[in-house]
Amino acid sequence: MDNFLAARSQMALSLGFHIIFSCIGMVMPFFMAVAHYYYLKTDKIVYKNVTKAWSKGVAIFFATGAVSGTVLSFELGLLWPKFMEHAGPIFGMPFSLEGTAFFIEAIALGFFLYGWDRFNKWFHWFTGVIVGVSGLASGILVVAANAWMNSPAGFDFVDGQYINVDPIKAMFNKAWFSQSLHMSLAAFAATGFAVAGVHALMIIRRQNVYFHTKSFTIAAVFGCVAAVLQPLSGDISAKDVAKRQPAKLAAMEAHFFTEKSAGLVIGGIPDPKNKKVDYGIKIPGLLSFMAHGDFSSEVTGLDKFPEKNQPPVPVTHYAFQIMVGLGMAMMAVSFLYFFALWKKKTWLQSDWLLKLFVAATPLGFLAVEAGWTVTEVGRQPWIIYNVMRTADAVTPMPGIGYSFYMFTLMYFSLAAIVIFMLYRQIKMVPKLYDLPEGAQK
Amino acid sequence: MLYVVIIYLWTSILLYLLLGGADFGAGIIELFTSKANKIQTRKTLYEAIGPIWEANHMWLIIAIVILFVGFPVIYSTMSVYLHIPLTIMLLGIIARGTAFTFRHYDAVKDDMQDLYNPIFAYSSFVTPFFLGIIAGSAVSGHIDLKADNFLDAYIFSWLHWFSVSVGLFTVAICGFLAAVFLIGETDNEHDRLRFIRKAKAFNIAAVICGSLVFVSSLIEDIPLIDWVFGNIVGIIAITAATLSLAVLWYLMYKGKANILRILAGFQVTMILLTTTYRHYPNIVILKNGGYLSLIEHSGHEKTIEALAMALLIGSIFILPALFYLIYSFQKKKVDYATD
Repeated sequence: MDNFLAARSQMALSLGFHIIFSCIGMVMPFFMAVAHYYYLKTDKIVYKNVTKAWSKGVAIFFATGAVSGTVLSFELGLLWPKFMEHAGPIFGMPFSLEGTAFFIEAIALGFFLYGWDRFNKWFHWFTGVIVGVSGLASGILVVAANAWMNSPAGFDFVDGQYINVDPIKAMFNKAWFSQSLHMSLAAFAATGFAVAGVHALMIIRRQNVYFHTKSFTIAAVFGCVAAVLQPLSGDISAKDVAKRQPAKLAAMEAHFFTEKSAGLVIGGIPDPKNKKVDYGIKIPGLLSFMAHGDFSSEVTGLDKFPEKNQPPVPVTHYAFQIMVGLGMAMMAVSFLYFFALWKKKTWLQSDWLLKLFVAATPLGFLAVEAGWTVTEVGRQPWIIYNVMRTADAVTPMPGIGYSFYMFTLMYFSLAAIVIFMLYRQIKMVPKLYDLPEGAQK
Repeated sequence: MLYVVIIYLWTSILLYLLLGGADFGAGIIELFTSKANKIQTRKTLYEAIGPIWEANHMWLIIAIVILFVGFPVIYSTMSVYLHIPLTIMLLGIIARGTAFTFRHYDAVKDDMQDLYNPIFAYSSFVTPFFLGIIAGSAVSGHIDLKADNFLDAYIFSWLHWFSVSVGLFTVAICGFLAAVFLIGETDNEHDRLRFIRKAKAFNIAAVICGSLVFVSSLIEDIPLIDWVFGNIVGIIAITAATLSLAVLWYLMYKGKANILRILAGFQVTMILLTTTYRHYPNIVILKNGGYLSLIEHSGHEKTIEALAMALLIGSIFILPALFYLIYSFQKKKVDYATD
């Protein structure tokens, strides 16, 4: 396997797995804290059970998220030493703060998981909230570091030298807000839908309906609120990308030629050789509007960039279409759910709505993966946008292919075990958490 | 501000060696425990490290972040030439961390435990072994920036007698720390005696491996003897460590768990101090006699300032919480079942 491709594949694989583990580890504590709050307020034992069941999931995902994150902090150097040599001191600020946030999260998790009946109950609840808040903070900080790669700031690049370094400016680069907002909402939507989907399935199967209904409601409300808000942040991101990384936007949209009142292409098969899109649906003027808020504005096409600076169009375009499509589907389910909550309570008990949620279980995570593909592939061939090429950053050590195969095996076995364990957690619900109807308060 | 960062770096390495080390050691002890005692050992070590093990491993992250933010050339050089041991250590970290969690959070306790347990125990051995190899290689003068073939550049940079013996020494130290720690974690006499025996065995192993480190340093022409005995700090530290070791052996049966822990921690601290003091601020020593120094190869001034501030502010939040966590769970032992 080609070394450069192997390094990129290994990085993609590691990030692809880490993002799932860490999203769940970051968001589920909030679900847990809500269930815990209900328990403390209402004294209903079912909420205590939901909290405990979820906390086991949190422990599993936190551990896998933490180790895969540790791996990433080393892989940055193992695979991209030239990048880290220059970028480390510039974009390191969010990483050092993230270390703090993550440390607090680990401590708080120790208190929360082992603290039942040992501390003041509100202090115990509070440590659970801290797990969520510090997890979210570390997520935001890491994304801010990634945003710097898309929107390098806080230094001057003169004759191959990185001078006048300002780590604070680097952290608050132009992309940090839009990227972090988009990712945080995505994490809530994806985890909400995934958790809701699993509980929905159990309700359909008429197993421990009371337990699963309570769980479902908390997860579904979180997921649906995030899914409805997400398009707003998507719009902020689109305008931002259009301004900062026009080549990425052009690749996302397979927009080959610069033009005024550019049309939005939905679907289709990009043909980079002949610079056209086959079978796509084109909505006139909409791309101009989405990029610049004006139907007649000019949108930069790929023709403005030399061929060697263009990102791969088909991958970026497909990934973007998939992300948007899945996001829309989740939004549609969310509207149905809110409508049911508001006007049609009977829908909530009907199988078809639950089945929709079951079908939507993986959508959020597929969208997250697709979204990261857009961010990362769309930035190519740059590792630091317009400053350093990815190919120049790769490690000189040959044989990364073997490392890639090893990590692939590792991550896939890990994923298999985690799925297997979650299956067993759910299977054990009747034994561990279910109570006869009369015992329910 | 540079010195603040360096102190934090050294302290995180020390704390990782002490806390993470005891953590690894627990797995190493499990590996060297007879079948009959395995279940009891597992239970004891789970009670001991369950609530704090996630936090123990944060010190490694802190050290790595300090390295890549503050000393990027050192980080990238080590990443390139020590790629292979770093990768193996990482695989060990993944395997260990997940196996530890899985075996305790798997809802069904069945044959799967036979998968998690050995993974946990073996990776507890492999991870500190390679950590030691990495530390040994950094100062061994085997990293050759001019090497033009795979073996010299990426294999012999870390595979030699010195690094291997440092690896074994690290493993023995971890086992020793864990055994001493566990003496105070059990209230039945049988197990207490068992952990005392383990502590002695690992102590002897550490002395043997320590001698191997010296022997191999002679073979590899590494001035270790001069580093350790060629200066007053080294001599005092080693003498203090040796004396405290005698006290530790004397007190082992007296049941003063906390004093034993402090003594063991003190010894390891002294070892790290002596082995790093003399070649400070050089952290990587190269084949051509050159070195990568914490002073000369530090990052931009503004970066170091920001990093130091981040570390100082971070500690205000972290340290009290961490102390309270350890204090709370030392005060009253956890039930095995967390429910």
